[in-house]
Amino acid sequence: MSFLELKNITKRYGPLTAVGDVSLSVEKGEFVSLLGPSGCGKTTTLQMIAGFVEPSAGTIRLDGRDITRAKANSRGLGIVFQSYALFPHMTVFDNVSFGLEMQRVPKGERKPRVEEALSLVHLSPYAKRYPRELSGGQRQRVALARALVIRPPVLLLDEPLSNLDAKLREAMQFELREIQRKVGTTTVMVTHDQAEAFSISDRVVVMEAGRITQIDQPYRIYEHPETEFISRFVGKTNLLPGKVTTATGAGATVSLAGIAVPVEAAGLSVGETVTLCIRPEKLHLTVPTNGLLTGRVADRFFLGSQWLYHIDGPLGTLMVVTPNDGSTPAEQGATVGLEWSPSVVRVHRGAMAEAPDVALEVTG
Amino acid sequence: MSATVPEAAPAASGDETPERRFPTAPLFLSAPAVLLFAALVLIPLFLTALLSFNQFDYATGRTGGFTLEHYLSVLTDEYYLEIFLRTFRISALATVICVVIGVPEAYILSRMSNPWRSIFLLVILAPLLVSVVVRAFGWSMLLGPEGPVNAALMAFGIGRMRLLYTEGTVIVALVHVMLPFMVIPVWTSLQKLDPAVEQAALSFGASRGTAIVRVVAPQILPGILSGSLIVFGLSASAFAIPGLLGGRRLKMVATVVYDQYLSDLNWPMGAAVAALLLIANLIVMLTYHRLVEGHYRRRLG
Repeated sequence: MSFLELKNITKRYGPLTAVGDVSLSVEKGEFVSLLGPSGCGKTTTLQMIAGFVEPSAGTIRLDGRDITRAKANSRGLGIVFQSYALFPHMTVFDNVSFGLEMQRVPKGERKPRVEEALSLVHLSPYAKRYPRELSGGQRQRVALARALVIRPPVLLLDEPLSNLDAKLREAMQFELREIQRKVGTTTVMVTHDQAEAFSISDRVVVMEAGRITQIDQPYRIYEHPETEFISRFVGKTNLLPGKVTTATGAGATVSLAGIAVPVEAAGLSVGETVTLCIRPEKLHLTVPTNGLLTGRVADRFFLGSQWLYHIDGPLGTLMVVTPNDGSTPAEQGATVGLEWSPSVVRVHRGAMAEAPDVALEVTG
Repeated sequence: MSATVPEAAPAASGDETPERRFPTAPLFLSAPAVLLFAALVLIPLFLTALLSFNQFDYATGRTGGFTLEHYLSVLTDEYYLEIFLRTFRISALATVICVVIGVPEAYILSRMSNPWRSIFLLVILAPLLVSVVVRAFGWSMLLGPEGPVNAALMAFGIGRMRLLYTEGTVIVALVHVMLPFMVIPVWTSLQKLDPAVEQAALSFGASRGTAIVRVVAPQILPGILSGSLIVFGLSASAFAIPGLLGGRRLKMVATVVYDQYLSDLNWPMGAAVAALLLIANLIVMLTYHRLVEGHYRRRLG
């Protein structure tokens, strides 16, 4: 049986369902991220685990014990808040020591444990400082040490890195994962940043409009998004509407504005409307005569390790990402061919939803 | 008022090199406030201080000149010392009671959700819309020998009590008048509090009471401090409440000043008492501020 289990958790605010029928099992020692756009119910779900919000229906079990209605201060979970929520009138040491004090850990035992937690987050020299004398990254680490020192069964992280600048955020991502591995605490993190969720989680839970739409390992969510929403939300993607023209067992041919494209997908029927989803890095530039289709380089952006091209062609504008391997990039205005292998094309049934702004907004 | 205008004028119409010019904009911008403050506070205070050193004779009235006689007589007279002590005792008690009632009131207010929060905030502020004199008369009707409170005491068989013209009544009325001045600053500092901080305390196993005492209270201390200073300052110089509810017997400093000015017509004496009240008030408030604020400056900024 899993360590932390949410079963059909629902939270309604009047007529509004913030979280609907969420079920999730987290194994001991696992790092699980709840990923989704703002307002998708991920934070509410975390607050129900923490005990700050009472579910309207469903049960939460921790290590076999039903904690659905247990008070927040009896759950013993370690929580890192988005705003860190450090106690501003206490030193770093006292902040970390607070949880132990509340658990009535004897004074003699408290000091070594606080020191251990502070050295885990590399803050030992700052024990006597007050929170406002620390940088954002240091405050974040105090919050982490404060949550870990009580040796919680589950560590809850609410957008822990969103208040840090980009560079520090990346460094803290890896540090967070390293610390989590070292202490082995079961961790649930809420984030809207897919890069953050992917780089440090064992499994990612994608939420949309209060519901879980996919639970999987990060690379599987990226490669095999189950819905069009996920393929838009997670990474960049090219979405192409088409119609199935032939279907033969494990394969099919889809006509995209008159161009026949082979795909690997079973169970499609001729005449069905589908949306093809191709990641920009799966498209390759080639000489015009060689590709599945040709196009013109409308724009190109240098991203350091990569080039991002916008290619105008018969299917509209496609995004193509190529690694910067040192070779000369395609010039703006040049005519190029595009090729890809049928195995990288994902097929979603049904027409494309009219919400292209999501893809533009989330291009992390 | 006209004295300061020529001072600023040459600077504005001055030379052509802007980078060397003295910055005049801040002067102009602060001028209205400075003028108002000078005209309404500093000049009257200065004149009062001057007045307090004038000689006085009951037969001839104020005679000018310079004397420290009024100050000496206030500082050596048991009568005045007792009034000063009583004033500060009453003010301190009113402040303590305002803290005890006002801080939880502000906390509860901040935890309310919105239609109720606005309604109760209005209820708390409503007394400020009624004149202090009217409220003082209200209390004297309520607590008078034939008032409803005494009627209730009679009905319960406790018997009639003299409630008016006692320290207790003055304190109750002061608390009633001063409470909004405690609730508002505390409420403001509660508004600035990150609600997650209290949640954090709960998540680490603190009970609600412990979270309030250990985490919330220290952070709203600056609000409690400024509320206390306002309440103490206003109580110590209160006039209408002790005048109407303390009567002739229970005098406070402000009522003594009034008596000196208008009954004895001894203006210099009244001015000296007023000046001493100001100085004593300043000392008490600055000491309190030092003690509490200094303790928390490093932590809360």
